[in-house]
Formats: sequence, structure tokens, C-alpha cells
Amino acid sequence: MTGRVGLVAAVVAVLALAALPMVAEKFYVQLVTKILIMAIFAMSLDLLIGYTGLVSFGHAAFYGIAGYALALLSPQYEAASVWTSLPLAIGAAALAALVIGLFVLRTSGIYFIMVTLAFAQMAYFVFHDTKLAGGSDGIYIYVRPVAEIFGWKPFDLENFGHLYYVVLALAVGVFVLLRVVLASLFGRVIAGIRVNEHRMRSLGYPTFRYKLAAFVFAGALAGLAGWLSAVQFGVVNPDFLAWHLSGSVMMMVILGGMGTLVGPAIGAAAMMLAELWLQGLTKHWQLLMGGFIVLVALLLPRGLLGLLTTRGGPTDSTRG
Amino acid sequence: MNDNQELNARRRTLLKQGAALGGVAALGVLPAFARAQSDKIRIGLMLPYTGTYAQLGVAIENGLRLAIDENGGKIGGREVEFFKVDDESDPAKATDNVNRLVTRDKVDVLVGTVHSGVALAMVRVAKETGTLLVIPNAGADAATGPLCAPNIFRTSFANSQTGYPMGKVLADRGVKTAVTLSWKYAAGEESVAGFKDGFSRGGGKVLKELWLPFPNVEFQPLLTEIASLKPDAVYTFFAGAGAVKFLKDYQAAGLKGKIPLYGSGFLTDGVLEAAGDAAEGVETTLHYADSLETPRDKTFRLAYAKRFKTQPDVYAVQGYDTGLLLVLAFSKTKGAVDKPALIKAMEGAVIDSPRGQWRMSKAHNPVQDLYLRKVVGQQNRFVNVAVKGLDYPPADRCKMASS
Amino acid sequence: MDLGTFFVQLLNSVQYGLLLFLVASGLTLIFGIMGVINIAHGSFYMIGAYLAWSLSGAVGNFWLALVVGVALSVALGLVLEWLLINKLYDRDHLYQVLLTYGLILVFEELRAVIWGNDVHAVPVPALLKASIPLTENLSYPVYRLFISAVCLALAGLMYWVIQKTRLGMMIRAGASNREMVQSLGINIGFVYRVVFAVGVALAAFAGMIAAPVSSVFPGMGGQVLIICFVVVVIGGVGSVKGALVAAILIGLIDTFGKVIEVQIGGFSVLPELSGMSVYLLMAVVLLWRPQGIFGKRL
Repeated sequence: MTGRVGLVAAVVAVLALAALPMVAEKFYVQLVTKILIMAIFAMSLDLLIGYTGLVSFGHAAFYGIAGYALALLSPQYEAASVWTSLPLAIGAAALAALVIGLFVLRTSGIYFIMVTLAFAQMAYFVFHDTKLAGGSDGIYIYVRPVAEIFGWKPFDLENFGHLYYVVLALAVGVFVLLRVVLASLFGRVIAGIRVNEHRMRSLGYPTFRYKLAAFVFAGALAGLAGWLSAVQFGVVNPDFLAWHLSGSVMMMVILGGMGTLVGPAIGAAAMMLAELWLQGLTKHWQLLMGGFIVLVALLLPRGLLGLLTTRGGPTDSTRG
Repeated sequence: MNDNQELNARRRTLLKQGAALGGVAALGVLPAFARAQSDKIRIGLMLPYTGTYAQLGVAIENGLRLAIDENGGKIGGREVEFFKVDDESDPAKATDNVNRLVTRDKVDVLVGTVHSGVALAMVRVAKETGTLLVIPNAGADAATGPLCAPNIFRTSFANSQTGYPMGKVLADRGVKTAVTLSWKYAAGEESVAGFKDGFSRGGGKVLKELWLPFPNVEFQPLLTEIASLKPDAVYTFFAGAGAVKFLKDYQAAGLKGKIPLYGSGFLTDGVLEAAGDAAEGVETTLHYADSLETPRDKTFRLAYAKRFKTQPDVYAVQGYDTGLLLVLAFSKTKGAVDKPALIKAMEGAVIDSPRGQWRMSKAHNPVQDLYLRKVVGQQNRFVNVAVKGLDYPPADRCKMASS
Repeated sequence: MDLGTFFVQLLNSVQYGLLLFLVASGLTLIFGIMGVINIAHGSFYMIGAYLAWSLSGAVGNFWLALVVGVALSVALGLVLEWLLINKLYDRDHLYQVLLTYGLILVFEELRAVIWGNDVHAVPVPALLKASIPLTENLSYPVYRLFISAVCLALAGLMYWVIQKTRLGMMIRAGASNREMVQSLGINIGFVYRVVFAVGVALAAFAGMIAAPVSSVFPGMGGQVLIICFVVVVIGGVGSVKGALVAAILIGLIDTFGKVIEVQIGGFSVLPELSGMSVYLLMAVVLLWRPQGIFGKRL
């Protein structure tokens, strides 16, 4: 993000998104809310796949755990508080990422992909098979969390417009936060780990700890997306942790262009809009979606953003 | 990447984002113009048209359409427009699917569904938006229990309501021990709970509750376990294709004939042709039977078979009764979508159903007779009335019923 | 649990494990020899099951359907490898995952187009319909014994081919050093194509013989895929021997986990958490040997 033009472009984009609720119907505002939540989810995974080189196929686990945390913290017919449930949900996701990370980061390559998938599946079964959280039917959140502090309500999440703005603000916030973190020393170390972990270790960096930190941070951000999703839909069920979701968000990252942050956000929008459009075309839209994904894998190594830019970001010249 | 290239990159990114945004905004504005005034009553059908419950969804819709067509194809003097969504019995997609019907298609009445988990999603959205919801099958106790609401009605049954009579019948016969086996989801758990209640009140004891995840059908280890427990009876809840497989596996494991099998009627409804002799002799309790021999039922069965070229089952009856309920309610309001009036009409409805007469409980669930049936040659033969006018589960969990 | 029941549950475990092995062996062979991670592997299992259903319905004979089904699967494998898979050999695992994930969507939807989304039963072939009485209450279906026998036979056949034939030698050599094998004049591309086709056929065949006991339903591919991953992780990537051991272990834990009761401090662990038991095993193996029981050091 260099230069004033880049900044102006970003501000214009955000302003355009901010104007949406004033021109569009409720259905579409809710749709874009959903897209923005997915964008947060995708950006969190990009931190792992695009910047640290960790291909996690189980990212939905952290998304789902945070969603369930909100559901479990919400009293049955009353509202939870945003200020307690959000940090707790993110904390739960981060804790899960820490525990799982301690296991999966012992492996790499193909193994890493498979074990992240398998651990997410294990978490899925905890929620699906046990009485802990409503089993396969999930839990309903009948009242959305309230944001009251000392009697003052800055926003009401039951109002779909307020929810949209909260999500938009968080999405922009996550983007900025990630940019800052990635520009720091931490960001450069994990970039180095992605390129050549042995070299980083021989330079004296405790690579396991850095990878774990990235894994936990990404898990926490995925948790934020999960909490928001649970708020928007009012229901959490085991499919929040399904491997299909892990696969979907991975596609969004790669489709958009990994290692760029903006790419995955675009990928999220592209995939969800494509899904909506294709669903309207034919009952068998997944056929077209699948074919599209195969083509992207074969022909677009740097995703959609790679189409638009001449030379990419951190992925440039580091992939053979 | 130098500044110039970065500039171009950002410009292109912005253009793409702007285009996407413009597209979305345009999409958002257009439907507002496209929605012309319609004179038809909009009914949203959310049913499973694919998957393990596909047959049930089709039967329900058939019944519903038959009832409306018998009323001249109109409800309250107005024509009907159907909006259909295949819910695939998938609770994960449920909220999205309902929202599509309520927010985008703006239906006047929601009808659905089969799977309890999906139905609960519909209940939630209906409560939030106040849309009228009539449930033509899903027996989730909660829909007319803790989650009840004035705008939510059911024309089928509550899960535990069909299990309870079977437990009572077995206890009355002097059966001492039983093992239960079902899918671990709301429908299975509640059905088993109803059975347990009826059975234990009469002195019976459930030795063990066996579960498998929905819609898994690998029964082998659990059948082996049943054999080792040697109970006097086995009570199960399965429906659709799962029920067929279970009946066949039970027979292949040699348990049929050694340990009698019982279930709520869903075990044997709509599956007898596929199950063949594996189902012979199995007794179940349900609010319908294939040989009720009442004039009302005979008329219905004839009309249904003539139109759809197949025999009706309990799902078709439930769909039919949903149609009867809507016809009745809208006739009282002369076709107007006047929710308070419609609700009042539905609450006071007495439905002259092929299953027998029934009325709405305070929690908006049918108060009806439960029959004992036995499978004799591809039919669920009526044996006797297991419980008359059963209002179960106890209405104390529904706030509007106990007030 | 009495001895008779224990023995029957053992039979159940082994049968389930052997079926898993059949599917997982294809997956691990393709990984180990070609370095390709193919997450569409579960789809081949599903395709096999649907083929069994539609072919035995059309042809009327289960055995004939098996033969035709295997032939079709081999053809599918050859075509897929030639069109798409061989472009993945030198690519990053990430793109292999992406491409094969797209394939899953394509296969699932093609299945919906060709065969629909309903659940179907495949009748057990008349020859094997009987049940053998084992205890006073319980009989064991002969067909399940047949499944176990076939899987064992195939396992033996695989061992013989890989260890004792020239083709097997080429495969093993190609796995260790592709360039060297090529420079010795062996058409490694041909070897890879055969291996992939065999892997596909193994998974499809497993789906076909499993169909009468598992039913044919849309989600069956995804279900088996995840467990196969666990088998491969526990057994070790590329090791067929490891896949066999791991699959049997998983069969035992999964089956017994569903019926025995274990309580820890008043909290019911089994059979409540039986779905998780397999993954717990994987976690333990990862702590002890991250490369799997028979895998090569990472």
C-alpha cells in the first residue's frame, strides 16, 4: 500500500461499500455482510497459506469453535453481551489453534495438509456426536448479542444495517491489522520461513514458535469471522466446522491470489457471487463451479489478482 | 514492484471492486421495481426433494395440492402461487433457504418441512419475521414446546407423541426390558424419549440406548450388541431409506423372530414395498394406518391413488391436512392475509382428516388418536386404538399454552 | 461382553478395516509413487457404489456389474491421469489440492446429473444372501465374510505385484528416483498412468462391493475420504503395509468404540465420543511418530 493513490483508492472502495445499505434491498445488504465475513475468514487463512506457507485444510475448526462459543454463552432466550462473548469466542478459537498447532506443526508438506483436515474433523465430531452442543441439529441463538455499556447502546445487531456497518468496520480493521503485522519483523520472519525454513533456523530463529504464533493469530481471526457468522445467522451447527467449508475458504484464498490479502477478499466475493449467479442458472451449478476451480488451478497460479497485476506480492519469484 | 506498477495494480483492483459493487447495487434496486402486485396467495414450500427423505417431500406436496384442488384450486377464493425450495434435509443450508422464501420471494405462508433440524431453522425465522408457518411433518417437540409461537402450527405430530403409545402398549402387555436404537438427532432422541416415558410408566426398563449419527446406516456393530443384550423387545426410530436398510439388516442378522422389533410408524410407512418380507409382522404406533376403513379415509385414498398412481401414506395425509387447514383458515378471512384472524381460525380448527378428526392443542400441535398397526403383506394394518385423543408431550413447556 | 459377541465384533471390525484398506491403499500408492495428493479419491469410491447400483439394475447380475464397473473405473483413471493429473506432478501440493477439490465438485454434480441425489439400496447377490448362525441370537451375513475375503485377496495380490514382478520393481524404483528410472529407458509416464488407474479402480471396486452393506448415498465419498486420510497418516504415506495395519486398527477402534462403555469421572466418554476415537488415535501416533507407523522419516 504505497503512495497516495493507493490510499485514495482504498478509501473510495470503503466509501462505496459504506453507501450500499442506502441503495440496496435488505436481501443484498445481508448478502454483502456475508461476503465481508467470508473475506475476514479468507484473509486469516491467507496469513497461513500465502505468507507463512502453511497449507491448513482445517481452518473451519476455529471459525466453528468461536461460533459455538457464542451459542453456548448465549442464555436461551436472552442476549449475550458483545463485550464478553466476542473476546471469549476469539479466545476459544485461539486456544484451540494453540492446542491443535502443537500437534500439527510437528509435520509438514502433505502430512500437514492431511492432519489439519483430520483435526478439524475431530472437532467436528465433538460437536456433532455429543450432547455438549445440540448435536447434529446445532444450537439456535434466539437473540443477538447486545453491545450495551453502562446503559449506552452504540449499535443494535438486530438491525441488519447496523450489523452491516459493524462487519464492514471489522473487515477493514482486520485488513489494516494484518498489513501492519506483516510489515513488521514478525511478518518478515514468517515470509522467510515460507521461503526456506532451514535457513531461518540456521540464522537462529525459533521457527516452530513463529509458525505457532502465526497459526494461533490466524485461528483467532477465523474465530472473529465465526462469531460474526453466528450472529448473522442465529444458528450454529457442526457444518461450521465441516471440511467443505475449510476447502471453500482455501479456494477463496487461492482463487483470489494468495499472499496479497486483497486477493483472498476478492476471492471470497468472487466465489460467493459466482455461487449465487450459477445457482440461478442451473440446478447443477456445482459442476460449473468445479470446472472453474480446475481451470484456475491449471492456468492461474497467482489467482484472479494475478490476472490484474503484472508482478505480484510476496509470492512473486518464490514459487517455482 | 515499483510505484508505477503499484499504482496500476491498485487502480485495477479498485476498478474490479467498483464494478462488483455497482453490479451488486444494481441487483439490489431492480427487484424493487420488478415486484408487481400479485393477486395470488403466495405459499412457500420448503421440502426435501432429494436425499433420504425425498419420497416424503413429494408425498406431502401431493397431499397439499390435492386438498387445494378439491377446493376448486383456490384458497379463500384466491388462486395460489407456489414457491418451492429443496431443503436437501440439510440444517446447515436451512436458514439461507428460508430467508430466500421469506425475504426474497415474500411468501404469505411457509409450509415445511420433514427434517426436524431444518424445521427448527424455519421456526426461528418465522418467529423473527412473524410469517405464518405450517409444519406438515417435522415432529421436533420444541416447535410446539419451548419454541412455540402464535404463528407456528403443525398438522402432523410431535416426535415423542408417536413413541409414547408404543411404550404404553408394550408395558401393558407385560414386556419387561427393551433396547432402543435410533439416529442421534432431534427426531430420534425425542421419539425414544417418548417411548421410554410410556414404557417406564408401565413398569418397563430400557436396558441401553443405542445411537448412530444421522444419516449413517452401518448398523452391524449395534445389531451385534443388541443380540448380546438379549432384551424382550427392540424399539427403533428410522424413516425413509434408512428404515428399509434397518429392517433388512435386522433380518439378515437373524434377529427377526428372535427379538421382536417395534417402532413408531415411520419405520414402516412408505417403505414396505422396498423392505419386502423383512417388515412382515412388525408392530408400530402412529396417527394413521393403511386400513382405517372409514368412509372419509376411503374417499381420500381413492382420490389420491387415482391422481398420483400410488397409494397414499401418512406423509400424504399430513400434506392433505395442511391443505385443509389453509382452506379453512382463508375461507374465514375471505382470502385476506389477516394474520390475527388466520391464527384464530387455525387455533379453533377441527380437521375432518382421513386419519380421523383432530383439533389443535393449545401449543398448536394435533390432538389426535394414535393407532397400533401391524405389517401384514405390504400394508400397515390397523389393529386397535392405542391411545385416544392424545395431547402429548405435556404442554407445560410452551409458554403460550400454559398461560 | 461375552466371548461370542466379542468374536463377532472382531469380525465386524476386520471387515470394516479391510474395506477401508482397499480404498486407502489406492490413495497411499498415488501419494507415495507420484507425490500427488488426490482429495477426489473418495469420489471414486462413491462412483463405484453408484455404478454397482445402476449396472446391477441394468444388467441384472451383480457379478457382471462388478466386471463392467471395474473396467469403466480403469478407463476413467487412465483418462483422468492423461488429461489432468500428469500436469500436477511438479506442482506445489496446494495446486494439487485445489485441482482435485474442483474435481470433487465436478464428480458430485455429475453423479447428481447421471444418477440423481437419492439414496439407493443394492441387493446382496443371491449367491451370498445367507447368514451363518453364530450365537443363539445372532447370525453373520455371508456377504460380509465375502467382502473380507476379497479385500485380503487383493492385498495379497498387491503385495505380490509390487514385490515380485518387474512392474512392481519399476514402480518402486520410480518412487525413489524418477529421473534415474527415465534415464534407464523405462517409460515412467506409462508406469504412473497405470498406478493412477489402479488406484482409482481399487477405490471404485471397494465402493462396489461395499454398496450392499452401506447403501448408496451422495455423501459417501466425503465420509470415506477423511477416514482414508487418517489411515494414511497413521500408516505412513506411501506404505501399503502401513495402510493395512492402520486400517485394521481403525476398524477395531471404531467398531468397539461404538458399543463399549467407558466413563471418566462421571462423564461418558464411550460410546458418546466414538466418532472422535479414530482421530484421537491419529493424534497419539503423531506425538509418537509424526511420519506414521511405517512412514519414512520426515
